[in-house]
Amino acid sequence: MRISRRATLSLRALALLYLTLLLLLPLAVVFARTFEHGLAVAWTWMTTPAAISAFWLTVLVAVIAVPLNTIFGVGCALVLVRGRGRGRPLLDALLDLPFLVSPVMVGLSLILVYGEQGWFGKWFVSQGISIIYAVPGIVIATIFVSLPFVVREVAPVLIEVGDTQEQAAATLGASSWQTFWRVTLPSIRWGVAYGVVLTTARALGEIGAVLVVSSNVAGSTLTLPLLVYQRSSQIGAQSITSAYAAATELAVMSLVVLLAMTLLGPRRREAQ
Amino acid sequence: MLYLSVIVLIPLAAVAVKAFSGGLRSFWDAISNAVALQALAVTLGASLLVAAIGAVMGTIVAWVLVRDQFPGKWLVNALIDLPFALPTIVAGLTLLALYGPDSPFGIHLAYTRAAVLVALLFVTLPFVVRSVQPVLIELDRQVEEAAASLGASNATTFRRIVLPALGPAILSGAALAFARSVGEIGSLVLIVGKVQIASIVIFADIESNAAQAAAALSVVLLTLSLVVLLVLRRVGGRVAH
Repeated sequence: MRISRRATLSLRALALLYLTLLLLLPLAVVFARTFEHGLAVAWTWMTTPAAISAFWLTVLVAVIAVPLNTIFGVGCALVLVRGRGRGRPLLDALLDLPFLVSPVMVGLSLILVYGEQGWFGKWFVSQGISIIYAVPGIVIATIFVSLPFVVREVAPVLIEVGDTQEQAAATLGASSWQTFWRVTLPSIRWGVAYGVVLTTARALGEIGAVLVVSSNVAGSTLTLPLLVYQRSSQIGAQSITSAYAAATELAVMSLVVLLAMTLLGPRRREAQ
Repeated sequence: MLYLSVIVLIPLAAVAVKAFSGGLRSFWDAISNAVALQALAVTLGASLLVAAIGAVMGTIVAWVLVRDQFPGKWLVNALIDLPFALPTIVAGLTLLALYGPDSPFGIHLAYTRAAVLVALLFVTLPFVVRSVQPVLIELDRQVEEAAASLGASNATTFRRIVLPALGPAILSGAALAFARSVGEIGSLVLIVGKVQIASIVIFADIESNAAQAAAALSVVLLTLSLVVLLVLRRVGGRVAH
């Protein structure tokens, strides 16, 4: 298609205007609101005990959920692509569930199973372990919602790479463990890395599912996104300032994630 | 498989069981009251509108990113993923800051359906762009040039050559945007006000210990979004042939 100069320019203007109104302007306003009383005030709000404990809880949840989902994701992708089992189409369909289900439904489902009256919850209560309204519940909810990212990134790369190198390694006498570490993993590493970045982004920012299973008590089960929610739904200038401060922390984290996505994005489909 | 069962499958089964725990009658009562019906209608309407607007604007953005050249394009390209990287509650707060009671531009959209629409457009922006972009890059421009040399106008070339090639990608992106919109809560929870959205109604039900009603509504919501996804995939498959 040959598009006239004027049409090109107006399309470009339309796209950029849309993105500015939708993405940039809102983000700029939050940064402006955070620092409108100066850096020192914003820093004070970021270092209150509630904010610090929320920060570390958010990090803790990500540190547990991301490695578990990475191991599961790589294993699952291997089963889906290289396996011969009959259940593969079913597994493939089931893996999409966490993306289809509303996060609120995720929270509800965990309460029904692991809550005090839940299927497994009664046993855990008798053992003195509480899951819902406590940190384990937040971890499980986070694992649930961020489960498919690694599989969905790694599976296409596995297909792309093919299995000739793996077969060659096997012919040369490598055990399947050696083949995985020396041949398969190096060739899918960018795909894995990209999946890990997406998982981390979701783990840091999840609110819907976590909102349902958290008790919303500052200092114990409040993650950063929950802190933002709680503070911004309270009335008063101070609480809204603290919400903006926590939101800025999260926004900075997400800019790091975005940078990682931009750097890894083009490389992820490269076969080594 | 155990991991998937313990974390995903058994909990979801529990919701289905709970939804029908009071028999069909109480399931029906939970979803046929005025609040639930209204919430389902608003949610579906908003999600379809978001999918439609997202399809059009997403295609335009992808087009500009692939076919147009201008300084700073890499930055714009990187920004597209922002809604995936940014926690949704922050997205909600940013929209509240921009369009809320303290809006610096005096625009008061918050607590209206328009605000819900803007929030959903924000969180679903990357879906269509990122699914159309690779197809557009791969698209053979010689076919377009051939069409033009045979006397086809730009509009005809777009309708007969470009759109059929992009169709499946646009539809699958829009389908993902739709599914995401139906269940979205994080970016909406701060700005819905009194607008009743299905996910908010479910959340309120859970908070007030009405687990059965919440479960029933969740099951209906999941079924509806599965049906729409299947239909869109079927249509997408037909366009591809």
